[in-house]
Amino acid sequence: MRYLLSFLLCMMMSFSAFGIGVDEKPLPEPAAEARAQELMKQLRCLVCQNQSIVDSNADLAKDLRVIVRQRIIAGDTDQQVIEFMTSRYGDWVLLKPPFDGATIILWLSPFLLLLIGFVIIYQNQKRNSENLSPDPLSKDEKARLLVLLDEKENV
Amino acid sequence: MSLNRFIPLMIFCVLSFALYVGLNLNPSDIPSALINDSIPEFDLPVVGGEEASFSSVDLTKEEGIILVNFFASWCVPCYVEQPFLMKLKERGYKIYGISYKDKARDTNKFLSKEGNPYYKVAADEKGRVGIDWGVYGVPETYIIKDGIIRYKHAGPILEMEFEDNFMPIIESIDQ
Repeated sequence: MRYLLSFLLCMMMSFSAFGIGVDEKPLPEPAAEARAQELMKQLRCLVCQNQSIVDSNADLAKDLRVIVRQRIIAGDTDQQVIEFMTSRYGDWVLLKPPFDGATIILWLSPFLLLLIGFVIIYQNQKRNSENLSPDPLSKDEKARLLVLLDEKENV
Repeated sequence: MSLNRFIPLMIFCVLSFALYVGLNLNPSDIPSALINDSIPEFDLPVVGGEEASFSSVDLTKEEGIILVNFFASWCVPCYVEQPFLMKLKERGYKIYGISYKDKARDTNKFLSKEGNPYYKVAADEKGRVGIDWGVYGVPETYIIKDGIIRYKHAGPILEMEFEDNFMPIIESIDQ
């Protein structure tokens, strides 16, 4: 039963592999093809912008896949392939934007919001604890309080 | 304390402003990586001309401002744009055409039917030159001066786009 299940699981997982790049020839060397696939996943299809070029059926995405494979055969490093793409299409072609001046807000805003949240929680806590234990009354205040209470009883 | 009461209002205002600006941006407007760079080198056959080839050298040796237009006979917006390109030609603009992923026969048919506004047309049948230029959809038009790309517009150009986006750049280059 366990073997059957794991066999079925393997079958199911292999389907996603069939879906990738069926229209072109993968590289003969599995390691190189794996590198190509990894790079393609990082590159945005410019026609249908929320897909990587692996997922897209657009002609341009197909051309870019072919180019990624060609560059790998030509001996490019991953960095060189990415540079080839960004020199033509800008950082836009990267699904993961680089960390630089223009994207600093994008990258840091989650942490900034978290920080703001902590400050708000801290201040609320501080205010609550102040409310729970107000400063003890001074001598004058105590005397006044007694006077007031007396007045109230007398009314 | 009184300032704290305005914090939600301030957050609302900032958010409204960010959304107002953000939602008005066109998500398919991809900034060109090649602005102020020299044009990518290429050497392509000419469509329907006497000369055998059309290369980047033809563009760099031009003295004035030129336009380079990527188009295709299979591209619907190109049919919309063509009459305006004819008008630009009449106004004296020198337009170079690069037919993108198109067969020479279809390009010729397109040009004889819709009019030929181009000084010279190159055939980029495989689309590789287009990729070097950062083309992601036709039509795309580039403003070039001395072999340097000064502006890129994706999508068809009509009177309004030309006046709003092209003219300021052309005027600033001219001075």
